[in-house]
Amino acid sequence: MTTPAASPMIGARRLHVGDTAFRISLHIAGAIVVIVLLSILAIMFIGGKLAFDTFGLGFIWGSEWNPVTQIYGALPAITGTLVTALLALLIAWPIGFGIAFFLTETCPSKLRGPLGVAIELLAAVPSIVYGMWGFFVLAPFMSEHVQPWLTATFLWIPPVGDSFFWFTAPPIGVGMLTASLILAIMILPFIAATTRDVLQSTPQLLKDGAYAMGATRWEALTGVVIPAVRGSLFGAVFLGLGRALGETMAVVFVIGNAIRMPDSLMAPSATIASVVANSFPEAEPGTLDLAVLLGLGFILFVVSFSVLAIARLLLRQERMS
Amino acid sequence: MDAPSVVHAAAPPASTRIALQGINAFYGEKRALFDVNLEIPDNAVTAFIGASGCGKSTLLRCLNRMNDTIPGARVEGRILMDGTDINGADIDPVQVRTRIGMVFQKPNPFPMSIYENIAYGPRTHKLVSTKADLDELVESSLRRAALWDEVKDRLGKPGLGLSGGQQQRLVIARALAVSPAVILMDEPCSALDPIATAHIEALIDQLRKHTCIVIVTHSMAQAARVSQITAFFHMGKLIESGSTDQIFTMPKVEQTQDYITGRFG
Repeated sequence: MTTPAASPMIGARRLHVGDTAFRISLHIAGAIVVIVLLSILAIMFIGGKLAFDTFGLGFIWGSEWNPVTQIYGALPAITGTLVTALLALLIAWPIGFGIAFFLTETCPSKLRGPLGVAIELLAAVPSIVYGMWGFFVLAPFMSEHVQPWLTATFLWIPPVGDSFFWFTAPPIGVGMLTASLILAIMILPFIAATTRDVLQSTPQLLKDGAYAMGATRWEALTGVVIPAVRGSLFGAVFLGLGRALGETMAVVFVIGNAIRMPDSLMAPSATIASVVANSFPEAEPGTLDLAVLLGLGFILFVVSFSVLAIARLLLRQERMS
Repeated sequence: MDAPSVVHAAAPPASTRIALQGINAFYGEKRALFDVNLEIPDNAVTAFIGASGCGKSTLLRCLNRMNDTIPGARVEGRILMDGTDINGADIDPVQVRTRIGMVFQKPNPFPMSIYENIAYGPRTHKLVSTKADLDELVESSLRRAALWDEVKDRLGKPGLGLSGGQQQRLVIARALAVSPAVILMDEPCSALDPIATAHIEALIDQLRKHTCIVIVTHSMAQAARVSQITAFFHMGKLIESGSTDQIFTMPKVEQTQDYITGRFG
C-alpha cells in the first residue's frame, strides 16, 4: 500500500493577482455609477443656480412664464408634469392590473407566452413613434370624437374657482388629456409586467390556503394575495409614475406646448421635460434662459428621484416582512 | 315503559363519510393513481402512508378538489361524500372546499392578524352576522385548536409572528372556524420540531371525536400513533388498507410488511 504524498495543509500565502485586479475593477464600476449620478445632480444645480438666485422660491411657485420680460415661474410646467403623469397613472393602473391578473390567474396557458411577449413589445416601441402616432392619429381622433363628447357630457361638473373648467375647452386635439393617454399607453407595459411578476412570486401555498378555505379566485386574490403583496404592487405603480414624469419626446408632440396654467384637462400645456426640449436650442450659454432650463432639470430630477425612492422603499418593506 | 336501549359493548361501527370508487388521477400524460377504492370512516383518523410519489398526496387533493387548481390535472372515478359525488356536474368546488378543510405541509397563515386569520372563512362564507358572534366563533375555534391560551392576549398581532407549531395550530383553527365535516392534513408536522409535533398529534386525537380526519404522513410512527385506519400506497396503487393495528402488526401483503419494517426498495 502506498501513501499519497502529503500535501501541506497550510502553505505560504499566494498572491492572487487576477482576483485583486478583478476586485479593483468592480470597485471602479460601482464608483462610476455614483460619480455620474452626483455630477449630473451637481451640474444641474450649479447651472440652474442663477435661476434659483434670481427668483427664489418664486421659480417653483411662480405661475408666469415670459421669455420676453425674462420672468420665469416653473409652476405651469410642474403642474403639467404632475397632472399628465397622475392622469396617465389613473388610466394605466386598472388596465395594467387587469392584464396582470388575467395573465397569472385566468389566461389559458397557450396564450400566456404570446401575450407576455406582446406586452414586452409595447414597452419596446420608441417614444418618438408613440409621439408621431399620437399627433397624426390620436390627436385628430380626440379632436373630432372624444373631446366634443366629453365637453357635452361633463358640462355639469362645476369649475374649480373661475379658472379651471375640467372638460370644457376648444376641441383642438392636442393637450394634457391626449398626452396623458399616450403616457398611459407607454407606462402600461411596465405596470402590467411588474404587477405580473409580483403576483407570480406570491407563494402557491398561500393561494392554496385561500382556495382550501373555499375562497373563489376573486376572494383569494382580493382577500389574501393582494394584502400579502400590497407594497410591491404600489412599487410597480410608482415605477410607472417615474417613467411618466420624465417622458419627453412623445409628450412634446401631443401636449400643445403652451407654458401657462391650464384652464381645463384638455387644454394645451407643457411638462418640465417638454419645456426643456423645446427651449434648449435657443438658450445661449451663460444666460438666464439656460440657467432656468437647467434649474427645471434639477427640479425634475428631484421629483423623479423622490418617486423612485418611494417605490424602492415600498418594495423593500414587502421583502422584509 | 320503553324497552331498555341496547348497550353496545364495543364502540358502534364507524359510518362511512367518504367512499372512493375507482379513482384514477392524471397529471397531463402521467398517471398518478390507479383504480383506488377505499372507504373513509367518520369520527376517525385515516392515515395514507407510502414512499414519495406513491400518489397519497394526490389522492388527498382529490378529496377537496384541490387538483382543480393544477393545470392539466384530471381525476376519474366517484368520490362520494355522504352519498354525493363531489365531482358531480352540478357541484361547486368552492362549496366542497367549505365542507372539507385542509392543512398543508408548511403552515400558511394569511398575512393578517391572528383574529383575521380565523375570521377569514366565516366572513367569506357569511356564517355570522354580528361582531359578537364572530368573536365567539374565533375564540371557540382557537380553543378547539388548543391555541387560545397562548394567543388570547395578542389576537391583533400578525399570525406570521407565531412559532411554526403555533402557526400550524392557527391554520387548523382557521379550518375549524367553518365547521368542516372533514379535515385533510398533508404531512402537517413535516416542518415542525418534536414538541410542536406532539401538540398537533394530541390535537388531532381530540378533533377526531367530531370530525373525519385524513392525514398523509411520511412518518410511520406518526401513522401508528394518531390513526385508526391506515392505507398503504405504492406507485399510485392502494396496496392495502385496514385498521392501523392490523396494518402495523399483521399486514396481509408482503409489500406493506416490507415498507413498515423499513425493508423497502
